[in-house]
Amino acid sequence: MTKDVNLQNRREVVSRLLGLGALGAATAGLGIWLRERSRKPERVAAGSPHKSFTVPPDPSLPEVVVARAEDPGALVRKVIDPLGGIRRFISPGETVVVKPNIAWDRTPEQAANTNPQIVAEVVRLCREAGAAKVIVTDVSTNEARRVYQRSGIAEAARSAGAEVILPGERGFREVNLGGDILTTWPVFEPFLTPDRVINIPIAKHHSLTGATLGMKNWYGILGGQRHRLHQRIHETLADLAQFMRPTLTIIDAYRVLIRNGPVGGSLGDVELHKTIIAGTDPVALDAYAAKAFWDLDSDRLRYLRIAEQRHLGSTDLQKVRTKVIEDGQG
Amino acid sequence: MSQQILRKLRLTSQILFFALFIFLLLKSEFRGSFKAVQGDIRLPYPVSIFLEADPLAAVASALSSHALYRGLLWSLVILIPTFFLGRFFCGWVCPLGSLNHFFGSLKSEKKRGRQRLDSNRYRPWQKLKYYILAALLASALFGSLLVGLMDPIALTVRSLALGVLPGLNYAFNSVLDALYGTQVAPLRFAADAAHFLSKDILLSFKQPYFRQGVLLALVFAAILILNLRITRFWCRALCPLGALLGAASRWSILGLEKRRESCTDCNRCELDCQGGDDPVPGPPWRKAECHLCFNCVGECPEAGIRFRLFPPRSETVERPELQRRRLVAGIATGTALLPILRSTPGFAAARDPRLIRPPGALDEGSFLARCIRCGQCMRVCPNNALQPTWLEAGLEGMWSPVLVPRIGYCEPTCVLCSQVCPTGAIWEITQSEKLGQSKDGGDGNPIRIGTAFYDRGRCLPWAMARECIVCEEWCPTSPKAIYLLPAEAVDSSGQTRPVRQPYVDPEKCIGCGACEYACPVQDQPAIYVTSIGETRSKVNQFVLSRERPER
Repeated sequence: MTKDVNLQNRREVVSRLLGLGALGAATAGLGIWLRERSRKPERVAAGSPHKSFTVPPDPSLPEVVVARAEDPGALVRKVIDPLGGIRRFISPGETVVVKPNIAWDRTPEQAANTNPQIVAEVVRLCREAGAAKVIVTDVSTNEARRVYQRSGIAEAARSAGAEVILPGERGFREVNLGGDILTTWPVFEPFLTPDRVINIPIAKHHSLTGATLGMKNWYGILGGQRHRLHQRIHETLADLAQFMRPTLTIIDAYRVLIRNGPVGGSLGDVELHKTIIAGTDPVALDAYAAKAFWDLDSDRLRYLRIAEQRHLGSTDLQKVRTKVIEDGQG
Repeated sequence: MSQQILRKLRLTSQILFFALFIFLLLKSEFRGSFKAVQGDIRLPYPVSIFLEADPLAAVASALSSHALYRGLLWSLVILIPTFFLGRFFCGWVCPLGSLNHFFGSLKSEKKRGRQRLDSNRYRPWQKLKYYILAALLASALFGSLLVGLMDPIALTVRSLALGVLPGLNYAFNSVLDALYGTQVAPLRFAADAAHFLSKDILLSFKQPYFRQGVLLALVFAAILILNLRITRFWCRALCPLGALLGAASRWSILGLEKRRESCTDCNRCELDCQGGDDPVPGPPWRKAECHLCFNCVGECPEAGIRFRLFPPRSETVERPELQRRRLVAGIATGTALLPILRSTPGFAAARDPRLIRPPGALDEGSFLARCIRCGQCMRVCPNNALQPTWLEAGLEGMWSPVLVPRIGYCEPTCVLCSQVCPTGAIWEITQSEKLGQSKDGGDGNPIRIGTAFYDRGRCLPWAMARECIVCEEWCPTSPKAIYLLPAEAVDSSGQTRPVRQPYVDPEKCIGCGACEYACPVQDQPAIYVTSIGETRSKVNQFVLSRERPER
């Protein structure tokens, strides 16, 4: 340093050095703090919001009700009444999620998605029972915007008073489903928080399981790479059924996609049965429908056996309290 | 000044047309509706109207296809008034012109004082665009619509739809994610509000991804940044549509009159000249370069210049004054280009097997004679399946659409790309035609875009003794083109496991790619589609008979 440093300059030098020292200390502090934060990135810790949506069993009422009728809407009321009426399942002020099959870019006649009139009628019943909110949603297989429009469900459900939610990119949460195969998986959030859930699948042929019915409909709550699940489909279906215990299951068999399922595409694949199979035992309902339309015994549907072992329902159709209402009755 | 009002009108027109352009661009994303539909699902707005009103697209495609497709007749609404008035389109309507206008009006070190006046003088290099036009029209005459690469409307739609908007969407979502991630209630509420307001118009339903997006955005940015050096450099020197309209205004009756007696040589008329057409005293006014922005008459403090009908001829250059030799060179370039481009194996002899064109696309020769690479088909595709090519269709077909099943498959009932194509490269089809339902037209055969093949070394039931059949589940034809045969596979422990192994029936496969899209072997699927068997080609076939299957 030269001699002619005056006081002012010296003060400047000191303050500059102090400033730089502070900057250096702050940088070092930040560096050390950031180093402390360093963790190997891990998957988001998943919550396990396990929740049963079921109502208490009532031994005086049937567990499975089967009915036939010309009008899909009237058919819904025909099966709900013997089950104890909608007020047994929905209490005023509750939020209800209705889960139809809204999977494929197909018209109602092609029977690849749940009948929109049936969905609308269920929505109307829930509203009549005083539900605060009825949500209709499904994680589609084909492009959701087209599927919701083409299936007619968006229009029918909304005009019946439901909130229709299209699955976009947002709104999935990593959840631990607690299954044997199905552990952590993204689940569409509307399915996680409601008070009641009503499952309304449509009965369709499927090459891997013989038929896709109520339990297979739960694939539609999942996001992610759910195609991988087919490798262990029976275990997966049982896992899903254990996670999602619905208030009520209503299998739409008004039109049945008897072959080339689950997409179909030809009216020649569709049989008109004008039937609904509804009830509180999801295992028995699937077993009944598989037997009725494909003559499949429950031995052939391994996922039903697994579900039965886990006490999710019964495949013994002789013992299940079943009420069949023929045409013109009720 | 009575003509002051003209520039305000011009600005109003620019804003309105630009807003309309952006509105239609946003509306060209498929949104769906809650209205149940049995037949064709269509977009509610005429989203391709700017492309259809583009005279260059019309003239060039008329040269290459000897016809005018559908809405291209709208181009006369621009072309015929241009005969009378000149390049009003460039100054009043063109969305790229308006963007260039805006960027050209930004402050720039390169355009201060004297430099600014100099930069707005007419330059002989402005003739370049006419030679470019000559080359592009010559190649159109010989059957290739390369004009799409430089057509300003196609370029703007393509750049914004495939490059800029997807980026903005990503940015928007990142901000929303950051806000949601804060766990601070007011910020989350703000994110909710922003999401609610934008989700049906600004925000895409799903994040779109496009190949070439970066390149397209960079080219577009370069065009805009050039304005900081020379105002509307693109419009003055490069734009083939501007050149066409400049040539078309040869006999127009609206012109600039310079009144020497009132002029004080202040040069203010040149300060904001858009076209570089010399409204100043001295050199003649160049009609073919003028965009009719009316900045010159708006700036003039003395009424030294004004626009009028049938102005004195002595002060006007009415023609672009091209040099014959260069014009011939331009035409020769365009003429020579096509034989060279088409004598590569990629065009016919060994076409890229993954060049899967959208349904309704014409045979490759006719397709390239019509596709202007606007990207509308890619933007509208609900599955993001259509992507701009790089060299899959040769240099000639750059940025034309290709279906990439791994990104998205072709929904058999969807005809949106054929609805928006302005030039008929993807000919308008109905759902019934596409599905081959002969009642409502079509020959009873579905439109095929390719055929699926198995890579058995990667297929789970074939190679790894596991059940899967997702491809069969997704196969949308009925009866299914993918069929299953029971087999016994042996796993590593020596145990025999029953599996169902999938096969493709080429008679039934339409090449939609749903199987490839859905295949759980994510990175390189075990089933893939190539273009063989595509309906549009007579030669790209392999099975002897492809009758419509029995129903």
